[in-house]
Amino acid sequence: MSMYLEMIRVRFLMMLAYRTNYYSGILIYSINIGAYYFLWSAIYGGKEEIQGLSVAQMTTYVAVAWMARAFYYNNIDREIAAEIKDGKVAIEMIRPYNYLGMKTMQALGEGVFRLLFFSVPGMIIVALIFPVTFNASLNTWLFFFVSLVFSFIVNTYINLLTGMMTFFLFNNTGLIRAKRVVIDLFSGLLLPISFYPGWAQEVMSYLPFQAISYIPSMIFTEGLVGQEMYNALLSQVFWVVILLIPIRLLWSLAKKHLIVQGG
Amino acid sequence: MNVIEVKNLRKEFNSYTSRPGLAGAFRDLFTRNYKVHAAVDNISLTIKQGEMVGYIGENGAGKSTTIKMLTGILTPTSGSIIVNGMNPHKQREEFVRTIGVVFGQRSQLWWDIAVQESFRLLKKVYRVSDEDYNHHMGHVIETLDIGPLLDKPVRKLSLGQRMRCELAAALVHNPPLLFLDEPTIGLDVLVKLKIRKFLQEINEQYKTTILLTTHDLTDIEALCERVVLLDEGKIIYDGKLNQLQEHAVEGKQIEFEFLSEVPRSSLPRIENIQWEQKDATTWLGLINGDEQMISQLISDVVQRNPIKNVRINEVSTEEIVRKIYEEGMALT
Repeated sequence: MSMYLEMIRVRFLMMLAYRTNYYSGILIYSINIGAYYFLWSAIYGGKEEIQGLSVAQMTTYVAVAWMARAFYYNNIDREIAAEIKDGKVAIEMIRPYNYLGMKTMQALGEGVFRLLFFSVPGMIIVALIFPVTFNASLNTWLFFFVSLVFSFIVNTYINLLTGMMTFFLFNNTGLIRAKRVVIDLFSGLLLPISFYPGWAQEVMSYLPFQAISYIPSMIFTEGLVGQEMYNALLSQVFWVVILLIPIRLLWSLAKKHLIVQGG
Repeated sequence: MNVIEVKNLRKEFNSYTSRPGLAGAFRDLFTRNYKVHAAVDNISLTIKQGEMVGYIGENGAGKSTTIKMLTGILTPTSGSIIVNGMNPHKQREEFVRTIGVVFGQRSQLWWDIAVQESFRLLKKVYRVSDEDYNHHMGHVIETLDIGPLLDKPVRKLSLGQRMRCELAAALVHNPPLLFLDEPTIGLDVLVKLKIRKFLQEINEQYKTTILLTTHDLTDIEALCERVVLLDEGKIIYDGKLNQLQEHAVEGKQIEFEFLSEVPRSSLPRIENIQWEQKDATTWLGLINGDEQMISQLISDVVQRNPIKNVRINEVSTEEIVRKIYEEGMALT
């Protein structure tokens, strides 16, 4: 266990090694939130609410969705792909740990770092500029964080799966990009799921993506309450468990398939 | 005790060939020509504890593939491997605690963070106690002279500095078996000497078994008593290094530099000796067979002609290996 904690620490150090990335990240996220804020204000025009969400709720939804993204988002899919491509995964195989577990821990280190030093200051900046409301109850905060942890796990699982596909495709930059767009679109980051047409909502309810962004953001804006919220949390747990199966399968296949590229 | 036991090991790779031309490229989209290529072909090998073995061969002879199978990275197509009493691939996590590996061409340190942070992480990963770590690594750091490098990020180190750190990183858990895959590639003479000296030391001190692949045969000469020669996936020689020298070399060369020009006729006529003129005052005597001839020849020549310099040229291992590969001479 201490080795996983150590890995999180090392990841912190690595994040700190590139400070410019960190500052520019806050800026980019703030700009994104600003852009969506103005977009949504224009869409709402004078209307009180659309699909049961008021303008204030919508602004909060956008801000929270982006700040939550800072926590669950990570690049381990690209890292795994790069490590497979240049053969560095060989080094990982001579270490007495589980490669995927270690990658997950690195992702967690990155996530925690960004939550503390990126989301929190970012949120303060955003709250100063835009009419975001943080008057959620303590309970809502609590459920939001629980939900956020699940969203991190689901997203990381999907990243692991995408990264591992490199074992079979050898070059999957395209797949990784496609995955990113799919997640941004279907997870409810760009558009709340309730805005999609009925049939699309139906399809998406069978996919794991809304567990990533839609559920935690909706919980925070109190668009999901009571039984609905518990159901949403349960669906997250469901994906956390179910996605383990393809990961296990793919990993045992990958290990057999492992060809170290480049000598 | 045998540290490594390998029987009839074989590793095949499927490779495909591209057809020529545009039409060929389109055909490749649907069906590809697959070819099975055995990178390692029926190798059997045992290595005892405390041995330092040089594993040599040309590029693509199958050295790295063997090492990767021995370390559990690759699964063999067929054959059995037992290293440190375990099956490397099946018992991977337990097994890798008992080995150290250095790949000269890849870094295993974390690129963006200071060297000591990498060491600290490895110490946790291998669950080394503070006491063991301080005692053992203190010594390693001192011998490899990397103390001043510890707080620098790896990306700022020179190749020689990095390589020494890599070696130290592979030894954090003081493994009884060490695999070195081209550890001295691209290093200058001083760093090479430092690394060699260090390897000898740990071999003596801890009885560490070392399997070394390299293209620099001077490494092997300095470190290994035993060499294993590999060609196209097969072992073509496995035995003592000096025996390889004795067997493979037809003879020694003696270079005489005379004070004045010497005609062929004034040189002694002895059986098994061939003369070759290098320039006006220099002759080369090639001796076939008996080593005793050397002193006889020198005394004969010196008695008749005044000489400036005599040099006995021993054939280097490099020369031997080149000969073996060029002439396909297999020794057993």
